[in-house]
Amino acid sequence: MTRFLVPLGIFIVLVAFLAIGLNLNPREVPSPLVGKPAPAFELPQLHKPDEKFAPREMQGKVWLLNVWASWCASCRQEHPLLVDLSESKIVPIYGLNYKDQREDALRWLKQLGDPYVMSISDAEGRTGIDYGVYGVPETYVIDKAGVIRYKQIGPVTREALDGKILPLVKELQK
Amino acid sequence: MKRLFLTLCTTLLCCSAIAKEAAPMAEDVQVEKRMVSISEELRCLVCQNESLAGSHADLAQDLRREIRQQIRLGKSDKEIMDFMVGRYGDFVRYRPPLKATTFLLWFGPLLLLVAGVATLLLYLRRRGRRVADAAALSTEDQQKVEALLKEAADSGRNP
Repeated sequence: MTRFLVPLGIFIVLVAFLAIGLNLNPREVPSPLVGKPAPAFELPQLHKPDEKFAPREMQGKVWLLNVWASWCASCRQEHPLLVDLSESKIVPIYGLNYKDQREDALRWLKQLGDPYVMSISDAEGRTGIDYGVYGVPETYVIDKAGVIRYKQIGPVTREALDGKILPLVKELQK
Repeated sequence: MKRLFLTLCTTLLCCSAIAKEAAPMAEDVQVEKRMVSISEELRCLVCQNESLAGSHADLAQDLRREIRQQIRLGKSDKEIMDFMVGRYGDFVRYRPPLKATTFLLWFGPLLLLVAGVATLLLYLRRRGRRVADAAALSTEDQQKVEALLKEAADSGRNP
């Protein structure tokens, strides 16, 4: 009997490992930036290209930095949630408009609503590299000291918002 | 004669023009070579089974441009690697560094091999003992065998 139990045991362990491995999302790579200060930048604002924005202006506030683009399909998917969130005024959302055309971006916001306190243009994608962006949309939760506390890779979902992002924001706002 | 001279002149001019262009190219080739050797070690995060060198993803192009720029700025390979790892994590490296968290990744296969060989040796030894036990004859059988062998030997000697 035991001579069958051992291979069976090994087989079950193998299946368990495969089941866990196959259900992980390979796109969710843990970011080394979580727990580190948000990289500095100074970029033109989307609506007023003559004026610049730098994250240090947000010192003392908890805020979300959402990386988006008009060419990004998943951004459309998360957009209504962001609009809802901005109306609730729980936390300010800033948009990093990533590798986009200004006209397209403005049209997109006009059509779908603008949840952002301000959008910033990263036309070259250089700031995106500093933030380790590899799949738009991505959302960063940044605390009062300017440290990245959480990174959402891919669209913000209801579950991610209620389960992780909002509780974290409330915790950080205390 | 005059025509020949003109042709010669234009040919030479062409050559010098090519030569002039070749000079900056040479440096670019060096930069390109280093860029490729670095980016072959890096994973493209958009299409994860491709290296940064081979990927056509937009991000990969941006990152290659970034690497080229850093090479021109005189950064060492290690500095460029650290730049990438600092932003995208150890996962961008095809050869992850040896750390507590990557211990199983590096030595897991070796551990499995050792466990496999140990099991095999244990099994073979046990089996060898079992075969030896099975081969051992009772004294009665032993006497029978000896009698038969003797008989065969005798009949062999006097056909």
